[in-house]
Amino acid sequence: MKAMNRRKFLKGSLLGGAAASVISKRKNADASSSFGGYPDAMGVLVDLTRCIGCRSCEAACNKEQGLPAPAQSFDDLSVLDHERRTSEGAYTVVNRYEIPGKDHPLFRKIQCNHCNEPACLTSCFVNAYTKTPEGAVIYDATVCVGCRTCMIACPFYVPAYSYSSVLNPVVQKCIFCYDTRLKFGRPPACVEACPREVLTFGKRKDLIKIGNQRIQNHPDLYEDHIYGEKEVGGTSWMYLSSAPFDQVGFDTDLGTQPILSYVKEFLTVVPMVLTIWPALFAGFHLLATRKDKQKKEEKSEI
Amino acid sequence: MEQIQKYLYGAVLVSLLCFSPLQNFAVAGDGPDEVEIDSLAQLYEPVYFDHAMHEEVTDSNCAVCHHHTLGTQIEDENCMRCHAESGATDEIACQECHSSNRFEAEDLARIDADKTLYHRDKVGLKAAYHIRCMNCHEEMGAANGCQDCHSRTDAGNKFFHAGNYAPPESDKPAGGGH
Ligand code: SF4
Ligand code: SF4
Ligand code: SF4
Repeated sequence: MKAMNRRKFLKGSLLGGAAASVISKRKNADASSSFGGYPDAMGVLVDLTRCIGCRSCEAACNKEQGLPAPAQSFDDLSVLDHERRTSEGAYTVVNRYEIPGKDHPLFRKIQCNHCNEPACLTSCFVNAYTKTPEGAVIYDATVCVGCRTCMIACPFYVPAYSYSSVLNPVVQKCIFCYDTRLKFGRPPACVEACPREVLTFGKRKDLIKIGNQRIQNHPDLYEDHIYGEKEVGGTSWMYLSSAPFDQVGFDTDLGTQPILSYVKEFLTVVPMVLTIWPALFAGFHLLATRKDKQKKEEKSEI
Repeated sequence: MEQIQKYLYGAVLVSLLCFSPLQNFAVAGDGPDEVEIDSLAQLYEPVYFDHAMHEEVTDSNCAVCHHHTLGTQIEDENCMRCHAESGATDEIACQECHSSNRFEAEDLARIDADKTLYHRDKVGLKAAYHIRCMNCHEEMGAANGCQDCHSRTDAGNKFFHAGNYAPPESDKPAGGGH
């Protein structure tokens, strides 16, 4: 429900900026609603039945992404006593869930889910985000103005902010190891580090087949659902679980429509918003068009 | 990153070569006495797997770990559908079937190219070890923590920010999240 409230907030009070960006990107947006993700996008299938909460994935991410030293060792499992969220210092965290009626807890690794139609991207009015054909949702911190719209738009509470520079906080989140690995066809650091292959890396469309096969082969073990196959228009990172998804921290009320289409509903409020913030937009528009131009140039190279 | 790369994809020295003389079924005591598993070499010291002892605790039922490959009867109904009568195979060592470069482009391309391959979702070598060993250890109440089997190298301590690389005590309660 929290997400709904957030969306209401996004629709209603917003931060007009997001609305403006939706206008400027409406063409894109309409195209993307029938697009459903890049055909060869990669993804990761996270199988909670295998996870032991060892935090090797967290350590690997910390190293790969050059994040600051953690407050506690990565082998200190006492951090699992409290539910954690991703942050500017930890692009991925593992949480533990006690399951009623089961002897064993389940563990869930969270990070950016790399949505097919990312709300962070559509809500960003300086076009800081890009969904790459490989499936990663990456961002350009140099154009980020630190407005935090994406943080509100993301249905999974993923983007965090770096406050190391008070004047210019920038978004920080998991980038699917795009720069160092994914773009070279290599699996992310966390995937490679996991001792139990909780994280299966492959083409998203293959992962859906694999997930269904696991469910079919072990109907007593798995819930009959791949979380992320359809949620919010589909995500590149998807999950299998042996407990109902709402018992392991998933929001099961998100629906299958991309958050984008919810955002579209408040287009009607835009004119009013525009009259309030024209000057502000002029500035943002400059940034955005600069970015668009860059993108066009990139595209024409392909 | 080089380190993790080496740690995961470096030479896998599982010396299961001693397994050569194979008949249709396995005989207790045919297996190696000890197997050195060195595939996590960068972060952890090698593990010396007491194969002889494990033969004993499994009552020499090779299928507990080696599936159908030694010609021993398996119980999993799914596997039985094809392997009830398949007999012993030429390949027995874990690494012969479980890839040590799992998820690298080459490995994914190999699977992609073989359209009729049934076992498309076969775990890599590292997961094969950990899933097999740990699930059984848990069932048997045997030691199951990372360092019960692996002693960490200095590089391993650095990776986990532990030992000599542990964060100063004063920093404690924050713990990574908001
Ligand atoms: S999970 Fe959130 S941050 Fe990641 S792509 Fe989706 S909307 Fe964006
Ligand atoms: S994909 Fe890369 S950036 Fe994302 S959680 Fe894994 S290691 Fe971290
Ligand atoms: S490394 Fe794998 S088993 Fe360990 S906590 Fe992460 S996902 Fe779970």
